[in-house]
Amino acid sequence: MGTEKLLLIGNGMAGVRTIEAILERNSTKYEITIIGEEPYTNYNRIMLSHVLQNKMTVDETITHPMQWYKDNNIQLIHHDPAARIDTNNKQVTTASGICIKYDKCIMATGSRPFILPIEGAQLQEVVGFRTIDDTIQMMEQAKSCKRAAVIGGGLLGLEAAKGLIDQGMEVTVVHLEKWLMETQLNEQAGRLLQQDLEQQGIQFLMEKQTTRIRGTTKVEALEFSDGSVLEADLVVMAVGIRPVTGLAQDAGLSVERGIVVDDFMAASAEGVYAVGECAQHNRRIYGLVAPLYEQANVLADRLTDRATEGYRGSTVSTSLKVSGCDLFSAGIIHECDDIKGIEAYNGLANSYKKLFIQNNKVVGIVLYGDTTEENRYYKMLRDGVDITTLNPVTLLASADGGASMSVADWDDADTVCGCNGVTKGTIVQAIHAQQLTSVAEVTRCTKAGNSCGKCKTTINELLTHVIGDKVTAAPTGICPCTHLTRDEIVLQIHEKGLTTTKEVFQELNFRNAEGCSKCRPAINFYLHVTFPNEHTDEKESRFVNERMHGNIQKDGRFSVIPRMRGGQTTAQQLLKIAQVADKYEVPLVKITGSQRIGLFGVKKEDLPDIWEELDMTSASAYAKAVRSVKTCVGANFCRFGTQDSMGLGIKLEERFEYIDTPHKFKMGVSACPRSCVESGVKDFGVIGLENGFQIYIGGNGGTEIKEAQLLTTVETEQEVIDLCGAMIQYYRKTGIYTERTAPWVERLGLDHIKSVLLDPQQCKGLLAELDEAVAGKRNDPWTTIRENERREKELFTVGRG
Amino acid sequence: MTMTPFKQKIFVAYFDEMPQRIGREIVVDGVKIAVFRLLDDRVKAIGGVCPHTQGPLAEGIVSGEYVYCPLHDFKVSLLDGAVQEPDDGYVATYDTAIDDDKVYIYV
Repeated sequence: MGTEKLLLIGNGMAGVRTIEAILERNSTKYEITIIGEEPYTNYNRIMLSHVLQNKMTVDETITHPMQWYKDNNIQLIHHDPAARIDTNNKQVTTASGICIKYDKCIMATGSRPFILPIEGAQLQEVVGFRTIDDTIQMMEQAKSCKRAAVIGGGLLGLEAAKGLIDQGMEVTVVHLEKWLMETQLNEQAGRLLQQDLEQQGIQFLMEKQTTRIRGTTKVEALEFSDGSVLEADLVVMAVGIRPVTGLAQDAGLSVERGIVVDDFMAASAEGVYAVGECAQHNRRIYGLVAPLYEQANVLADRLTDRATEGYRGSTVSTSLKVSGCDLFSAGIIHECDDIKGIEAYNGLANSYKKLFIQNNKVVGIVLYGDTTEENRYYKMLRDGVDITTLNPVTLLASADGGASMSVADWDDADTVCGCNGVTKGTIVQAIHAQQLTSVAEVTRCTKAGNSCGKCKTTINELLTHVIGDKVTAAPTGICPCTHLTRDEIVLQIHEKGLTTTKEVFQELNFRNAEGCSKCRPAINFYLHVTFPNEHTDEKESRFVNERMHGNIQKDGRFSVIPRMRGGQTTAQQLLKIAQVADKYEVPLVKITGSQRIGLFGVKKEDLPDIWEELDMTSASAYAKAVRSVKTCVGANFCRFGTQDSMGLGIKLEERFEYIDTPHKFKMGVSACPRSCVESGVKDFGVIGLENGFQIYIGGNGGTEIKEAQLLTTVETEQEVIDLCGAMIQYYRKTGIYTERTAPWVERLGLDHIKSVLLDPQQCKGLLAELDEAVAGKRNDPWTTIRENERREKELFTVGRG
Repeated sequence: MTMTPFKQKIFVAYFDEMPQRIGREIVVDGVKIAVFRLLDDRVKAIGGVCPHTQGPLAEGIVSGEYVYCPLHDFKVSLLDGAVQEPDDGYVATYDTAIDDDKVYIYV
């Protein structure tokens, strides 16, 4: 352990990154102590947006577990903020009274969300969005609140808004300016962004100044300067951040907006440094992650007596972590006398790009919708490439293969992974030193690519550049057990006549004799589609839901969702459901999103009895299979309805229920173009017209919202049913396991699918093939289990010892 | 100093009532234990609750000497109870015996 005492105030990304950089350079020079205010070890704040959007858990954001502090002999003073710095005696006191001496002290106190000083801002339902606790609070509030107002249409506000939509809230973003993200985007890109976010369900109130939050004990509404009002029960303040400088100020350090530092991150007192969002360098404060990492490296060089040129400020770039809204912005993005823009707008793809040029050099970039060129432009900007020889058309056109700007030409100091600040040099070194051959390995060893994942293609390119064809082509194989793709596997199953997963693993040389949780269910499905009669379904190769015929819940209990074709039920069924729910003390009875009634929180051992007593069939609500069909009431009752949507929905369900598909297959039938059942976001959506039916395919209302595309318009119900069957079979034959129809349509191309399904010969052939494949197999699994006592016992017994 | 503590021998199920690679949960004094018959007919028992978010390991997909938690796909060794990389943690392991076609665990 070192002899000099190094103290870090602030257990966040910038500070811990600095410590890491110091340890990499010299792991024995210092005895290190870290003081942190939050009750967590260091975590990746940037990823909290993903937590709120249900894409990650809080645990997954922790970058440095307690063990890291132990392994590096770092004393961590947790949940106990520093209260006073005495720069004369070189000591720091914490809130609880612990006193620590230092030789060198790094301040990385970060920033806090700026809370507007308006009436009502102190109410409990008014939150910032910065910490794990903020995130947890928002997720908790989302359970009981309905309407959220996010004040601020910047990066953080929009990510919070999307997250709250994903938490099931109605969200309105209130923004003071004319367009969103006005410091990073120009007006046109800002408007495109707003349109796309509106499609994802976020509402906007632009050019509104919030003057008061109404409410006495709870938030009730926002009031604006123009007298209008917005009802809300949760308010997120995302109007900006303020560096945390109180401690530095009290200690007599030079503080302006942030703690003033020189090119070597030194503050105004001897032995005190500052990095990150609290530091002000050359009149600028940086709130993004890449500059913080550059600062950390400079300071680490300084503190380990290495030569360094010092920090020269950073060019910052921004991207937004909301899927479906790819954007990139860097540099100066406003035109003036000597800065002129060239731009291109593609109305078909809804993409937009604009470059800002000064003295023949790119000084600013705005990309919206298509950001594939971001590295190329960013490099031009950062390196001050002279573009005199390029005319505006070639400049805006996509580079062919990007050869001239390939990652091979990057400098070692260039950042590949912006989220984690990993440079090309670091990755190349790791590839050599640890003999890495796949993107996944690079991610594990360097952290590059483990956050937003955007840089994975660059990492792959880099791997190829460094080790050539020795790269393990991870993206092609269906899982780590094999390098074979879905198509290669299915072809081999056909050619070799394989009928069990064991044979597939053996014959095709899988690395794992029994496969893994990814490939075994997939292979079981491919076998089932290829040889429907020769292959016996393997229960042990099915995911729990399809083995137990219920959805497993977070506590290990299951759901029971009986079939109600077309969303139609009877008084008798309702009585029965009520009796069963009561008798078995079912914790939750709920109308599901697909017009069925679900019993949730059922114990595994109760499942067969409940099925028995309900005397209804399974709705397959847990299966990768044809699901129930959503319908509106239709022409028989609705004054707008033009077709019997309920009748057609029931017919479709009867005809195709209990058929396995690569992923769930959802359908909807609306009786008129008002489309009350949202046929536009179904795998197979039907809209009734006066004289026929429109058929839409490949829609998705889930994780990646995707509008269904018009397949065709037909006159009769029978044509709808036949086309549906043909599509199901074509999807079964060509789909990748767990691939929904939206990416499937995209992969195969709508025109191709149309050419197959709309060709009467092929359509008929597919339908016949489907009927043959599923003949005698479309049975209700609940009944099948109840009729097989032995099977029931094997699967549903829980022992008591 | 080592001392073998007294262990109870507890009946789980008849061997032929346990399909290969499908787990069986047994609750002993409130503790959930997951018992598996592997493809080679060895029987293994581990703590039934995944250390990540308490998922029921008995419902997971079994491959070789590992089970994958049904909730978030944590891969747990059936031999030593260790959670495999990139995740970490461990669950308890229990000795098993097959006498007269009956499967037992020692708790």
